[in-house]
Amino acid sequence: MTELRVDPIACHAHGLCAELLPEIVELDEWGYPLIRGRVPAHLTAEARQAVAYCPTLALRLERGRTGAAAGGRPGR
Amino acid sequence: MTATDVRSDQRLLAGWTDTGTEADLAAHVARYGAVADGARYALIAEVERSGLRGRGGAGFPTGRKLAAVAAGRGRTGVVANGCEGDPASGKDRALLRVAPHLVLDGIVLAAQAVGADAAYLCVHRGDPTVRSLRAALAERRGDPVRPLLVEVPARYVASEESALVHFLNTGDARPTTKPPRPFERGVDGRPTLLDNVETLAHLALIARYGAGWFRSLGTGASPGTALVTVGGAVVNPGVYEVAFGTPLGQIWGLAGGFTAPVGAALVGGYEGSWLPFPDASALPFSHEALHTAGAGLGVAALLALPASACGLTETADILSYLAGESAGQCGPCMFGLPAVAADLSALARGSGPDAAHRLRRRLGLLPGRGACGHPDGATRLATSALRVFAEDIRQHSRHRPCAGAHRPPVLRGGTR
Repeated sequence: MTELRVDPIACHAHGLCAELLPEIVELDEWGYPLIRGRVPAHLTAEARQAVAYCPTLALRLERGRTGAAAGGRPGR
Repeated sequence: MTATDVRSDQRLLAGWTDTGTEADLAAHVARYGAVADGARYALIAEVERSGLRGRGGAGFPTGRKLAAVAAGRGRTGVVANGCEGDPASGKDRALLRVAPHLVLDGIVLAAQAVGADAAYLCVHRGDPTVRSLRAALAERRGDPVRPLLVEVPARYVASEESALVHFLNTGDARPTTKPPRPFERGVDGRPTLLDNVETLAHLALIARYGAGWFRSLGTGASPGTALVTVGGAVVNPGVYEVAFGTPLGQIWGLAGGFTAPVGAALVGGYEGSWLPFPDASALPFSHEALHTAGAGLGVAALLALPASACGLTETADILSYLAGESAGQCGPCMFGLPAVAADLSALARGSGPDAAHRLRRRLGLLPGRGACGHPDGATRLATSALRVFAEDIRQHSRHRPCAGAHRPPVLRGGTR
């Protein structure tokens, strides 16, 4: 299983990802992507398309890993 | 009372408490001795044993961070964060004013421990401490690494760790996406130790007196003492030093008690959590106790809200400030924060349960969707307000807004 990840700075809410991959990507009320779950094997091709076609290259596909990658910030 | 008196909880503020004067180098050395030349202790191991946790807001174990940077490849760097972007907090400014050499010693010792050949002390541009820090630096001779004083744009997110590194590298004080974190790749692409100035001051004392001494006060999970900023409806707002584990009620007492009946306290700064009374007096001041109560130490700032003020109005006001301080890079923060601030204002005016429901839904979609923790912190504040002021929301909606909702907010005017 792979995970679709958004670079929140690069993302400018073009919304192409939601059109290409509506099973995984929903848009919030301001047009920014919400990633709902991991990418199942049968949608890998669509996910790769979404990554390639994002106008700001804000998407990437990562090999499945556990846990919240955003957690555990070691301080500021 | 000396710094080595294990019963004294005035460790960083010992000089200030005893003499009421800001310590120059001579006074600093007379009180604490000269910074050890070779290590008296193997510093990283000693700091790990001490259990010292970062004082910038995240409370990460400092020894672990030191070890991670020291394990990095090649030369490393040290950044001391004295920017103190949270308006509720004044502890770093106070420390830099009254005991700058503790911080400078800490920077130098940390730099030696991690093999750094560059060190930076960051404060906000135009801060009053700039002049006294320049003077303190000018007094020092023979430091193996000479900290460079750097002035950073005075914005809330500019002192987030990746923003600080970004500023030092490029002049752009906006946060960047993680990874990498500074300890992996920071200033000039090198592994960088980035610590709050208070953390480094404690480190400077651990280097002298050891982990056992440090642990002689505080709790198991929150050892040592901490600086805390007390404000709001208290007689003597200001910065105090207490041992971890001290009941919050005792801390309010240090600040002279309350000027009026109080309803709730904001704990941890503008991105902290509200706590109702009596919790906000009964709880011990520690990472673990506050966490169990649904709050957190944050920047160790306590703000007492008078019962005559409106918690919803105050929260809306703080959220509106936080929204204005967004770096404007990430959609959910840029658009979400103003929206939740407006939602909280509407609740203060009496919008009722539908508005609360919409706000809750929006709050669920903010955490983790920015490059930094700004939207997460704002969410934490708003969520705690919905919990602690739930009765106010009902009253404002069924009857009418309280008198406090018709007056200007009280906290943001007088937090320093």
